[in-house]
Amino acid sequence: MKKILPKVLLSVMGSMFAIVLSGCKLVVLDPKGTIGLQEKSLIMMTAGAMLCIVIPVIIATIIVAWRYRKSNTNSTYAPKWDFSYTLETIIWGVPMCLIAFIAYHTYISSHKLDPYKPILAPANNPHAKPINLQVIALNWKWLFIYPDYGIASVNEMAVPINTPIAFRLTSDAVMNSFWIPQLGSQVYVMAGMQTQLHLMAIEQGNYAGLTNNYSGSGYSDMKFRALAKDDKGFQDWVSKVRASSNQLNDKTYAKLHIESIKNPVEYYARVEPALFDNIVAKYNNGMVMDKITGKMIYTGSTHFSNTQAGE
Amino acid sequence: MLGKLTLSAIPYNVPILVGTFIGVVVIGLAVLGAITYYGKWGVLFKNWLFSVDHKRIGIMYIVLALIMLFRGFTDALMMRTQQALAYNSPGYLPPSHYDQIFTAHGTIMIFFMAMAFMQGLFNLIVPLQIGARDVAFPFINSLSFWLTTAGAILVNISLFIGDFSTAGWLAYPPVSELQFSPGVGVDYYIWAIEISGIGTVLTAVNFLTTITKMRAPGMTWMRIPIFTWTVIASCIMIFTTFPALTVAIGELALDRYLGMHFFTNEAGGNVMLFLNLIWAWGHPEVYILVIPAFGCFSEIVPVFSKKPLFGYPTMVYATMAITILSLFVWVHHFFTMGAGANVNTFFGIMTMIIAIPTGVKIFNWLFTMYRGRIDFTAPMYWTIGFIIVFVIGGMTGVMLSIPASDFVLHNSEFLVAHFHNTIIGGVYFGYIAGMNFWFSKVTGFKISQKLGKAAFFFWFFGFFLAFMPLYVTGFDGMVRRLNHYDNPEWHIWLQIACLGAFCILVGIVCQLAQLFLAIINAKKPENIDVTGDPWDGRSLEWSTSSPAPSYNFAHIPIVHSRDAYAYDKEHGIDTRRTSEPYHDIVMPKNTSTGFWIGIISIVLGFSAVWHIWWLFIISGVIILAIVIGYSFIDDKEFIIPASEVERIEKEYSRKLMTQVAE
Repeated sequence: MKKILPKVLLSVMGSMFAIVLSGCKLVVLDPKGTIGLQEKSLIMMTAGAMLCIVIPVIIATIIVAWRYRKSNTNSTYAPKWDFSYTLETIIWGVPMCLIAFIAYHTYISSHKLDPYKPILAPANNPHAKPINLQVIALNWKWLFIYPDYGIASVNEMAVPINTPIAFRLTSDAVMNSFWIPQLGSQVYVMAGMQTQLHLMAIEQGNYAGLTNNYSGSGYSDMKFRALAKDDKGFQDWVSKVRASSNQLNDKTYAKLHIESIKNPVEYYARVEPALFDNIVAKYNNGMVMDKITGKMIYTGSTHFSNTQAGE
Repeated sequence: MLGKLTLSAIPYNVPILVGTFIGVVVIGLAVLGAITYYGKWGVLFKNWLFSVDHKRIGIMYIVLALIMLFRGFTDALMMRTQQALAYNSPGYLPPSHYDQIFTAHGTIMIFFMAMAFMQGLFNLIVPLQIGARDVAFPFINSLSFWLTTAGAILVNISLFIGDFSTAGWLAYPPVSELQFSPGVGVDYYIWAIEISGIGTVLTAVNFLTTITKMRAPGMTWMRIPIFTWTVIASCIMIFTTFPALTVAIGELALDRYLGMHFFTNEAGGNVMLFLNLIWAWGHPEVYILVIPAFGCFSEIVPVFSKKPLFGYPTMVYATMAITILSLFVWVHHFFTMGAGANVNTFFGIMTMIIAIPTGVKIFNWLFTMYRGRIDFTAPMYWTIGFIIVFVIGGMTGVMLSIPASDFVLHNSEFLVAHFHNTIIGGVYFGYIAGMNFWFSKVTGFKISQKLGKAAFFFWFFGFFLAFMPLYVTGFDGMVRRLNHYDNPEWHIWLQIACLGAFCILVGIVCQLAQLFLAIINAKKPENIDVTGDPWDGRSLEWSTSSPAPSYNFAHIPIVHSRDAYAYDKEHGIDTRRTSEPYHDIVMPKNTSTGFWIGIISIVLGFSAVWHIWWLFIISGVIILAIVIGYSFIDDKEFIIPASEVERIEKEYSRKLMTQVAE
C-alpha cells in the first residue's frame, strides 16, 4: 500500500502534465489577440527562467536529503559547519540575478502592455481606425455601446479583426472585472469610475468573455460572447443590430438595469449618445471626466440623478 | 425587543444545515456528558478555561485551530464537490449557499485556523525558548485567546441563526454594502473579525514585550533561537498592519450601520479605498502566517540533521527583510484596477524582490542538511515536502507579481492554486511539522511518527492532485468562485481536484488518528517523554521537563552561545543549575476575567449583528465594568514555595538518572 500509492499518484500527475503539454489549447496559452500573444510569451519566458532554478532546487533537495540520511555513514559529516561566505554570496547572488532579469522584463512589459496604452494600427491593416466600445457592467449582464455606430448590445459584442479596440468601462452596479481570456488583459469595472482597456483580435472567432470579480448571486452566469469578425462580417453584425426594433433610452435602460440572471442577447438599433457619461456622472454629483482634457465637466443630465443613491 | 431577529432567521428548511446542527448538538452533548460523567467540570474551568499559563493557552489555541480546520475543510470539500458536479448543471448548492461557503472557508481558515494555530505555537514555544517563566502579560494572553474564540464562535453561530456573508473572505464592497447585501451575513463577518482582531493585536504586543524584555541572561539578539526571531517579525507585522484591517472593516461597519459612504458607489464612496486598506493588511498577513512556519522549519532541520542551522545571521536578515518588504507590496492584489505602468512596475518589483530572501532561506535549509546526518522523522518529511511544494508556489507567485502576466492570471483559478500552494505548502506544513516536533514537549508523551508520515503522504500527493488541476483551469480562463459552468474542458480537471480534496481528507483522518492514539496510549511507558529532550534538541525548551512545570525553569538558564542547550550539553554545563539552592517562585494567578470578557463579547457581537441595541449597550457596559473592576484587584500572584520547586525538580532529576541508568 505504502509503495503503490505514491506510484499511482505520480503516474496520475505525470499524465496530467502530459495532457497539458500536448493539448496546449488552454485559452490563455492560445491567444487570438496581440496583447494576449505578448502576455503569453512573457509568461513562458519568465516561467522558463524560474524553472531553471526551481527544478534543480527540487532535485537537489531530494538528493541531499537522501545522500545525508542517517544510515549512510559513508557520507561526509560536518557537525560544526554552519557558515560560508562564498556560499552565502552565491545563495544571495543567484536569486538576485534571476529577479533582476525578471524585474527588467517587468518594467518593459508593464509599460508596453499597459491596458491604458492605445494600440497602433497593425502592419496588415495600416489605415485601421480604432473602434470605440463603451462597456457597462450591470447585475448580472454586460451592456456594450458602440458610440461610433449609435448601437448597443447586451451579452454579445463584435469587433473587426486587425483593428485596435478602445474600451471605456464603468459599472452601474457592483464592481466587476472585464475579461476576454483569449484576447488578453482584463481590467476592473467600477461604478462612478471609468477604466480603459486596449485590445486587438487577430483571428476570427467566437470567444468567451466573463467577469473576473465576484459580483453576487448572478456572478457565474455573467458571461458574454466576443465575436471577432472580418470587416464584412462585422458590418453584417452591425446591420443585424440596426435591424432591431429596440432603442436604448432612459425608459428601456431603466428596465435593463433591473437585476437579471442569464439575460438573453439583446440588440438596440439606437442609443442615447450621452448614456455612458450619464451613468458615470450619476455617481459623481452629475460630473464626468472629459476624455481629452481630463477635467471634470457637468453633464447637466437629470435623468439619472441618484436613482439608486438613497439606499 | 429582538431587533431584526425573528424565527425565520433559523434555517430549518435547509437539510444540510439541519443535519449539521443535529451533528453539532449530538457531539456537544456527548462531550458535555463525558465531562459530567468523569466529574471534570472543575478541572476544565479552573485549570484550563481560566488558566493564564501560556502552555495551556497554547494548547487551547491549537484545539480551537483544529476544530476550525474541521469546519473550514468541510467547506472546502463541499466546494470541490459542487464544482466537480456543476458542469452544465446547477450542482447541489445554490449560489446563495455556495457563496457563503467560500466566504466562510477563507475567513475561517485564515482568521480562526491559521492565526489560532500560529498564536498557539507562539504560546507553547516562545517563553520556553527564551528561558522565561511566562509571557509579559499573562492575563492579556488569556484575554487574547478568548477574544479569538469569541470571533470563531460568532462566525459559527451564523450557520444556525441567520446566514453568513456571501461577499468573499475580504468582503469587497460594494457587494458587501447594505445595498447589495442587506442580510446579516456581512455583519457577522464584521464583528467576528473586529473582536478577534483585538485579540491578535494584544498577542503581538504581548510577545514582542516578552521577547524584548524577558530573555534569559546572556541571550543577546543574535543568540535568539530562530523561531523566536520569526515571532518577532510576525508580531511587528501584526501590530503595524492589523490597524489597517480594523479601520477598513470598521468603516465598512459605519457604512452599513450609520449610512456613511466610505465605500459605497455613490456620495463620494470609493471601492479602491477599501481595497488599498484591506490589502495593506492582507498581504503582510500571509507573511505574518508563513514566517513563523519558516521558523518551525529552521528549528527542525538543524535538530534532525545534527548540525547547527546554516547561515543563522543571513536567516535573521532575510526574515527582517521580508518583514519590511511585505509592507510595500499590497497593490499587486489589484494591478487590474487601472493604475499607471509606473505604479504597477514598482509594486511588481517590490513583490518579486521578496523571492530573494525567501530563496536564501530555502538554500540555507538545504545547506543545513548538506553534510548532516538526517533522521527522517515526521517533522522532516513535512519539511522536505514543504521545500518541494513551496518553490513551485514561490515561482507562480513571481509570475503573478509581473503586472502584464497578472492581467491574464489575476483572480483566476491560477491564483487560487498559487495561494493554496504557499499557504498549504508553507503555513500548514510548517505548523504541522512544528506540532509533530514539539508535541512531546507540550504533552509529555510522544506522537506516532508512522501515522504522521502517512498523513504527510496523503497531504502531499493530495495537494498536487487538488491544486495542480487548478493551475490548468486557470490557464484555461476559469475564474475563481464559480458556482457552475458549461466549459467541458474544465470538467475533468475539477473532478481530479475533487479527488485530491478527498485524498487530503484521508490525510486529516490520519492526523486525527495520530492525536487520538497518542492520547489513548499516553500512559504507556514507551510513549512517555522522560528526558524532556527526545530529539537531542538545541534550544532551551528541551532543557526542562516534558511537559514543562508551571514555572518552566526552576533557575532561569544562563545562555553562553547560540543554540544554548546544545552548547551546554557539549561543554557539560548543567543548564538547570541543580546544585544551586531553589527559591520561591512568583507566578500569576489564574483568572476568569478573560473568559467572561470573551463570552460577553459574543453577546455584544451577536446583539450588534441583529440590532438588539439594549443588549448591545448592556454587554458593552458589562465588559467595561469587568475591565475596570479587574484593574482594582491587586492580589494577582501566588508563590510556589522553594520546597515545592525543589520537590518537582528532584523528581525530574531522579527520572533522568533512571533513564540514564537504563
